[in-house]
Amino acid sequence: MGEEMAVKEIKNRGRIKFIVGGILIVTAVIYLIASSAKANTQYYLTVEETNVKYEQGELNDRNVRVSGAVIGESIAYDMENLTLTFTIAHVPGEKAALKAEGGVAAALHQAVNDPDRETLDVLYEGPKPDLLVHEAQAIITGKMTLDGVFYADEVLLKCPSKYEEVSPEQSG
Amino acid sequence: MVANIGFGTLLITLIVALYGIAAAIYGQKSQHERWVNSARQAMALMFPLLTVPVLSLLYLLVTHQYQVAYVSEVTSRSMPFYLKLTALWGGQSGSLVFWSWLLAAFATAITLRDWGRDREFLPWVIIVILVTLLFFLSLNVFFENPFSRYWQTSTGIVQAFARPEGAVPFVPRDGQGLNPLLRHPGMIFHPPLLYLGFVSFIIPYAFAVAALVTGRTDDRWIRLTRRWTLWAWLFLSLGLILGARWAYDVLGWGGYWGWDPVEISAFMPWLTGTAFLHSVMIQEKKDMFKRWNLVLIILTFDLVVFGTFLTRSGVLSSVHAFAQSAIGPLFFVFIALTFGISLGLLLSRWKDLESKNELHSLFSREALFLLNNLLFLGIFVTTLWGILFPLISEIVTGQKVTVGPPFYERATGPLFAGLLLLMGIAPLTAWTYSSLKKWGRAVWKPLVFSMLTFPALYIAGITGWQGVLGFWLVGFVFAVTAYEFWRGAAARIKAHGENVFTAFYSLVKKNRRRYGGYIVHMGVIFMALGVIGIEMRQVETQGTIPEGGSLSLKEYSITYKDLVSFDTHDGRNVTRAVVGVTRSGEELAEIYPRRDYFYDANQPMTIPGVKSTLAGDLYVILVDWREISEAGATFKIYYNPLVNWLWIGGWVFIVGILVAAWPENELDRVQKVSSPLIKRKR
Repeated sequence: MGEEMAVKEIKNRGRIKFIVGGILIVTAVIYLIASSAKANTQYYLTVEETNVKYEQGELNDRNVRVSGAVIGESIAYDMENLTLTFTIAHVPGEKAALKAEGGVAAALHQAVNDPDRETLDVLYEGPKPDLLVHEAQAIITGKMTLDGVFYADEVLLKCPSKYEEVSPEQSG
Repeated sequence: MVANIGFGTLLITLIVALYGIAAAIYGQKSQHERWVNSARQAMALMFPLLTVPVLSLLYLLVTHQYQVAYVSEVTSRSMPFYLKLTALWGGQSGSLVFWSWLLAAFATAITLRDWGRDREFLPWVIIVILVTLLFFLSLNVFFENPFSRYWQTSTGIVQAFARPEGAVPFVPRDGQGLNPLLRHPGMIFHPPLLYLGFVSFIIPYAFAVAALVTGRTDDRWIRLTRRWTLWAWLFLSLGLILGARWAYDVLGWGGYWGWDPVEISAFMPWLTGTAFLHSVMIQEKKDMFKRWNLVLIILTFDLVVFGTFLTRSGVLSSVHAFAQSAIGPLFFVFIALTFGISLGLLLSRWKDLESKNELHSLFSREALFLLNNLLFLGIFVTTLWGILFPLISEIVTGQKVTVGPPFYERATGPLFAGLLLLMGIAPLTAWTYSSLKKWGRAVWKPLVFSMLTFPALYIAGITGWQGVLGFWLVGFVFAVTAYEFWRGAAARIKAHGENVFTAFYSLVKKNRRRYGGYIVHMGVIFMALGVIGIEMRQVETQGTIPEGGSLSLKEYSITYKDLVSFDTHDGRNVTRAVVGVTRSGEELAEIYPRRDYFYDANQPMTIPGVKSTLAGDLYVILVDWREISEAGATFKIYYNPLVNWLWIGGWVFIVGILVAAWPENELDRVQKVSSPLIKRKR
């Protein structure tokens, strides 16, 4: 009887070791995810939202991601300094609103042809991305500067109208 | 005509698959061997049947039948022949057919094996595989018909398979062509291998489900599918590595790895699959982790489907909405059903799956395997969280958010480092219980050797703690793995008097699984070397230089020699710079960064010029140029230290899997097969 108890106790003690070890690892993973998410989560905004938040002073030095339609004639490239400037027009973010405009391609088309749309000027240093064309969807990551220009670290482009969604996505 | 044959056969395949499922269920229920056999024959037909629509589609693609919408969407007259073939998987509906076809190949192959004493698994394996195949086939038949055609009606052009009332065929003069980004030799191997990896993981899953249903919860299902799993892992790994290489070779994909959701969706089943490969060894050796292994294979299967769904539906790249496909919700239903049913089965067998053995010591081989699994799962959960968090956040707070590469790098970095460390510790530990003393005796030599990395790093001027730790880990694991080989070979030299080469050869041959695994580990640390190099030590510069001018980066210097622009036969305009590379004043190479402009797509594609050495790559991008060529051109230069080791490691990795997975030769097999009497008994 006593011996059995002892065996059981040893067994339990062995288990506790593993449970504690397991909890430690799980905690570590959760900590890593939580802290990394906290430090690296960005707002994903439309042009309108960006402008509103900027005016309210909510974007001070915060990294955000913004999506909009590229206005072709605004694209300018300074070869000497490798600085690229272009303007994006507001495209609604909600799926329902996009549907109302007849899908993404149609929404992009409307966005660039509507003079009343809110716009955002973007500045990017680096090679000009291959997919940067009129009516492309730009997804830019970076910060608003004090003069109201969006300083992008990354420019991601998609041309939804032309091809199927294999992976028509490029970063610059 | 050909489109009709293609679609007709697709429909027939669907019906045969449906019949196979029904026959297997009935045969199993009524214990009529005849019906199970009939189901088996139905499944054997899958590959030959599906070959017909695949060949039909290929025929349509290469013969420019632009009335077929798919052909028109993914090819154009100017595309080279090989790209017309690869266009089979260049778009949504075609790639789904291709996916089904690959799965059918495995389905047919599995019916041809000798089922002998595993007969009871057969109906369930058939059901699982055919249900999966049925799901994908019905996507093609009902939603994404690759043979759908254009018709001119009174109201305009419509897309339909059958001719609408009063319509005439509409044949566009040329197709839109494949997305230029996909017009690359990488297109030949990367997607098919990834798909192969995806579908081949379905085989071990099918056996796992069969084991659960039949209650044969021993490790038979694992032994039966061990090799399948390895091949699946090989294909998936190769697909990922080649994808990374393609992304590196073409500017715009964001470097070798960008933590893009679609990349992650292929990486997730790899993570759980790798955990599975490790933990099944414990079940075979110690009869432990039975439930865990089932969880892992179920997870891997559903991640494969989830991965296909993410790649195919565009749901993720569409946080700000994109082409929405009707098939998205169906995937969700399928994943939810298979996951739910599999877990239900697992729970119903929970008691039978109790381990006979327990973990005794934290410092034993099996405990470290468990730790390895936890780390892989940790990385998996992190990546899954990165994908789901934006969706969850939007639902909960209404605020759209996103996480980028920094999140993944920071969260998974320590876990990857932990895995590397385990690769150095675990191989030298003993099963059940290792004494620190014994382990210390084994580890001190490699440990001392690994200390050599410190002076080397000091000389190279690497001081950041992350870099030092990373390089040391690589050195340590390398030393341990090499030491393991050496210990084994030395024992053989002593015992059999073999020379060094025969000793190594027969060491690996006698225990291919173990040493194949070590070769894989070697591959991993080489790859780690490349990743650490490019992630931590990359430097860059840029500038506009006139013809004959130079630009320097570190000890390298590039000279802009010439620029030529010409049209090609396949509808491109190529602008190519000739750039000389010197290192410390010494002529090294001539490279040709270029920009291809695709006329039909009105889209450029930038391809870097690369001078690659084992020490690092000089990666030169032609950014822009003045029309009058003497005015100069703009270049961006990166120096990517050690990145070549990423590719070398990739090949070593693959060789390792091949060593472990290659079928044993006849002689070995004869020795291992048990008495032929058993076979006759059934």
